[in-house]
Amino acid sequence: MSAHDDHSHDHAVGPVHVSLKGYATGFVLSLILTAIPFWLVMAKVIPNSTITALVVLGFAVLQILVHMVYFLHLDAKSEGGWNLLSTIFTVIIVVIMLAGSLWVMHHMNANMMPMSPHEARGLP
Amino acid sequence: MSEAAIPLTREDGSPVFLDLKGKHHPENGTLLGFWLYLMSDCLIFACLFAAYGVLGRSYAAGPSGAELFDLSLVAANTGLLLLSSITYGFAMIAMQARNKGAVLAWLAVTGLLGAGFIGLELYEFAHLIHEGAGPQRSAFLTSFFALVGTHGLHVSFGIVWLLVLMSQVARHGLTGANQRRLFCLSMFWHFLDVVWIGVFTFVYLMGTLP
Repeated sequence: MSAHDDHSHDHAVGPVHVSLKGYATGFVLSLILTAIPFWLVMAKVIPNSTITALVVLGFAVLQILVHMVYFLHLDAKSEGGWNLLSTIFTVIIVVIMLAGSLWVMHHMNANMMPMSPHEARGLP
Repeated sequence: MSEAAIPLTREDGSPVFLDLKGKHHPENGTLLGFWLYLMSDCLIFACLFAAYGVLGRSYAAGPSGAELFDLSLVAANTGLLLLSSITYGFAMIAMQARNKGAVLAWLAVTGLLGAGFIGLELYEFAHLIHEGAGPQRSAFLTSFFALVGTHGLHVSFGIVWLLVLMSQVARHGLTGANQRRLFCLSMFWHFLDVVWIGVFTFVYLMGTLP
């Protein structure tokens, strides 16, 4: 132990008190929320693939929330609320970017003039 | 330091908005700064997800996701990453209990699980490339390798960080600085797990659907 170490404060610097219960709850929940979508897809439980996709996406959103709360310890109080605020901002940007890209590019694809095999052959 | 020392208005009557007391500032800026970094990393992944969402069905007469993906392998990978998340949680609990040996042991287990994840992913990539389904085959495979590869790179660098931190903890003990670093790596590691939820749902599960 050098003299430098004596200056380092020995109290917990963590923003929150982590507990075994919290991690165990998060782990069990995410295990369930992972197993169900894999089972749905691998066993082809729902014949309609659009409904399966929506259900699987729903489970993903739930599991992301579980991870945020139990593993990343995100709540309204962490870092004076700035963590939650920046997360909400990021989620808004991500949703705009994903939905906007898919929407615009889908319409561009749908409105493209069809290309004949002869024209396609001449492409670089 | 009386209240009157801070003027609430200027001479011309306009209000002063400067928060001189700083009560809205968190005590430790590092964790907030690291969180903001994670949010910006989130945007990188969102771009890659958007690219995959647009190009994910452009097979160029090549193999599709349903033909290529081995879901049992992906399930094993997901299990490894999820297990590594809880073992990192155990390391944090041990850190709180000031148990240096347990912290190092759980970090080692976490690193091994992460290495297992990377190993399985590299095996999958090698298998795909061997089958002629490399990143140059179609737009679908380009965006697939970009997205999953970026996540894999993040996990690899996370393991490097974990090893460096293990040697720091072993040499200097659980000092305040090391605890802060452990918290940052904890956020990074769990964040990668969150991104992986998006990857296995959006890429593997939905890509397998007809």
